[in-house]
Amino acid sequence: MAQAKDFQTNNKPTWCPACGNYGSYAALTQAFAELGLEPHQVVMTFDIGCNGNGANNYRLYGFHSLHGRTIPVATAVKLANNDLTVVALSGDGGGYGEGGNHFLHACRRNVNMTLIIHNNERYSLTTGQTSPTTRLGDKTKTALVGSIDQPLNGPQIALTAGATFVARGFADDTASLKEIYKRALTHKGFSVVELLQPCVIFYDAKNIRDEYRSKIYKLDSKNWPTNNRQAAYQKAGETARLPIGIFFQEARPTFESHFKALANQTLVSRPTEKVDLTPFLKELK
Amino acid sequence: MTKTEVLTWKIGGVAGAGQQVAGLIFAKACSRGGLFTFDSSEYPSRIRGGLVTYRLSISNKPVTAIYRSTQLLIALTQEAFDYCQPDVVSGGVILYDSDTFKPGRKGFDGIKAYPLPLKKLGDEAGIPPLAANMLAIGATVALLKYDLAIVRQTIAEVFRDKGSEVVVMNQKAVQAGFDYARKNLEPGKFPFTLSPVKNRPADKILVTASDMVALGAISAGCKFLASYPMTPASPILHDLINWAEKSGMFVIQPEDEISAIHMAIGAAYAGVRSMTATSGGGFALMTEGLALAAMTETPLVIVEGQRPGPATGLPTWTAQGDLAYLTKAGHGEFIRVILAPGDAAEAYELTGQAFNLAEKYQIPVFILLDKYILEGHQSIAVPANNFKIERGEILTEKDLAGIKGYKRYLNTKTGISPRAIPGCRGGIHLANSDEHDEFGYSIEGFSAKVVAEQAEKRFRKLSRLLAELPKPKLFGPKKARLTLLGWGSTKGPVLEAMKDLPQVNYLHITAPWPMSESTMKKALQGQRRIVAIENNFTGQFAEILRGQTGIKVTDRISKYNGAQFYPDEIVAQVKRLITSKG
Repeated sequence: MAQAKDFQTNNKPTWCPACGNYGSYAALTQAFAELGLEPHQVVMTFDIGCNGNGANNYRLYGFHSLHGRTIPVATAVKLANNDLTVVALSGDGGGYGEGGNHFLHACRRNVNMTLIIHNNERYSLTTGQTSPTTRLGDKTKTALVGSIDQPLNGPQIALTAGATFVARGFADDTASLKEIYKRALTHKGFSVVELLQPCVIFYDAKNIRDEYRSKIYKLDSKNWPTNNRQAAYQKAGETARLPIGIFFQEARPTFESHFKALANQTLVSRPTEKVDLTPFLKELK
Repeated sequence: MTKTEVLTWKIGGVAGAGQQVAGLIFAKACSRGGLFTFDSSEYPSRIRGGLVTYRLSISNKPVTAIYRSTQLLIALTQEAFDYCQPDVVSGGVILYDSDTFKPGRKGFDGIKAYPLPLKKLGDEAGIPPLAANMLAIGATVALLKYDLAIVRQTIAEVFRDKGSEVVVMNQKAVQAGFDYARKNLEPGKFPFTLSPVKNRPADKILVTASDMVALGAISAGCKFLASYPMTPASPILHDLINWAEKSGMFVIQPEDEISAIHMAIGAAYAGVRSMTATSGGGFALMTEGLALAAMTETPLVIVEGQRPGPATGLPTWTAQGDLAYLTKAGHGEFIRVILAPGDAAEAYELTGQAFNLAEKYQIPVFILLDKYILEGHQSIAVPANNFKIERGEILTEKDLAGIKGYKRYLNTKTGISPRAIPGCRGGIHLANSDEHDEFGYSIEGFSAKVVAEQAEKRFRKLSRLLAELPKPKLFGPKKARLTLLGWGSTKGPVLEAMKDLPQVNYLHITAPWPMSESTMKKALQGQRRIVAIENNFTGQFAEILRGQTGIKVTDRISKYNGAQFYPDEIVAQVKRLITSKG
């Protein structure tokens, strides 16, 4: 059985000390191990950003794509080889900004894969500019008098666009995050996990952690009705306090289950060989 | 038939009235009679209303272009009459829908215009207005003295899936048009005749280059298509969706072109042959993905169907305006191949080759076509499915078991690093858009040596690749007074024009990029006067030739008005060049 460390390379992370990415990295590799996965059975696709730089640190099949493009790459990997566990990583910029269209349509499509959006409310790798989730009034390099655009709420968008699994985690709470990841990875369909991740550089390191810790509370996993999209939408919209956990989950046929071509055999396992053209030529006479 | 042994039939009316469907029935009926055809449709970017024409050039020999001179015109509206009438030859006939309009008499000397009361004939025969075009086909068959039985049979075959009612209704319509023309339009006096060929050649198909790219992709074992609709590339998406169940190809229409190319890359990374198809505007969105495929060394086939730009341009018309763009598209420096089929048969062959090149060299490969051949049907021989599928260096789990510390971007002598496919034990690696080391891990400029090594590795593929690209093809005499130099779809009109230009030869380029200096120099050696012929304003291929080899063409023939070249205008322009300076 593979251990968490088997999913980790010896490359030194590029993340700043005390970055939220460490927590997610530990939780996700531990989740892979606890689900009994082997490194070669997992494909992760990466966006551009601090989380994307983690591509060097995961020991598995990785594809470091472009800004905003982690979802389409991951989608096709899953369609080509249904046997793989596929996880797409993104930040709030890639997920909600540059790749916003892919995000919307992936929620509708419901391919069996997991999207993790590291939300630190900033474009941190490009030195702290405003992101789609920057709070109103927050001053950044590109919002000198404070951000004036209404911040996006990722889980609410995912719910509206039809995602079948929507959750939120907190990077510092590795134990509950790991459980959320495990549930997301085993969900049959498109699972979205938004990760609240303190950026200790472009916020005051102590204040941001204190603020998250004081605001965050766990959804009651026994009593919260995860089958109610409306209730989930309202819950995900809370701002005074920030709930974490699984907002919503439903069983809906996956995109790939609609295709006979993918039913019994993965695309990649079918031999690439000569095809009989007769049926097509008949139509072209 | 005419001196050139080509007869051109044209029908013009409003969009949505079914001229294209009726015209294709007639084309198929000609093909079934052993004749060869080439068709072309002019239509606006709208679904109903506006002027639409369908044109068919027919011959008992292979015909590779649409001719402008029209022998028989069916005009369903005044607008169609006015637009098409100037191309009708002396001695030609116009049938006009006399229930819709009455043409003025001026300006058509030597041309006979006959009324064809489509509504009245339709009402009498109990045919709905949608089948009015089939009445016109019937009248056409009578005037050309063609075999009505073949047309009836064609209708039965083409409409079989729509049910016997549709078949019977359409057959009734051609019969009614045929009977009317026999009785009222003096077919005996009409100087043009179409006869089925006695010894019919072996099986033919009537296809567009779109059909053949689709068929080529199936033959090549392509298993994944991600494509966002855009004229003129959409027919490839339509074909492959229609054939998906039988072919086993997975076809997806994603949210945008950016997604399309990244999906195609994802599928290729996961180990299947994959493709995307779009037009120039869609490819503009895909450009970053091109660079991603190059940097990650992911094999990728991109079909680019050109239409006139810039921007939205002329969505439903034709041009060869994107060649220069594709040679440089994408930021940074990397190898890409551009294959440019000249016709439907080449579209099939080159699609097969595109997949091999993409996988063997782990690079992006374009198949560059245009509206003219993507939408024009052409009769060609049934292709032999004899593709040799070469997947390049892919490591199996067994291979990988023998490798300690697998390096995805191993710095090899050929520049090609054997690939491991996700899911295989022993092959885990990072495919990386960041510059990377041999394992795929991101590096910085601090590792200057590795940065340079990886760039050199990727470019080291070029010499082998150049040797493998399809060579220029020379048509006509070895030495000539004037050499036409073209690429892609100009081939068809040039070959037709050469029937009237015995002192001219044609060098046809199907792999315009990357260009081998020695290959081009050898191909053009000893040619006295090189004239580039291109469907664009700036002479893009001529410029590439000059930049890559120093060879300057003597003259250029350009066309950039949304239409392809017509054989007669090539003949005229070449003759002018020969007499002016020859």
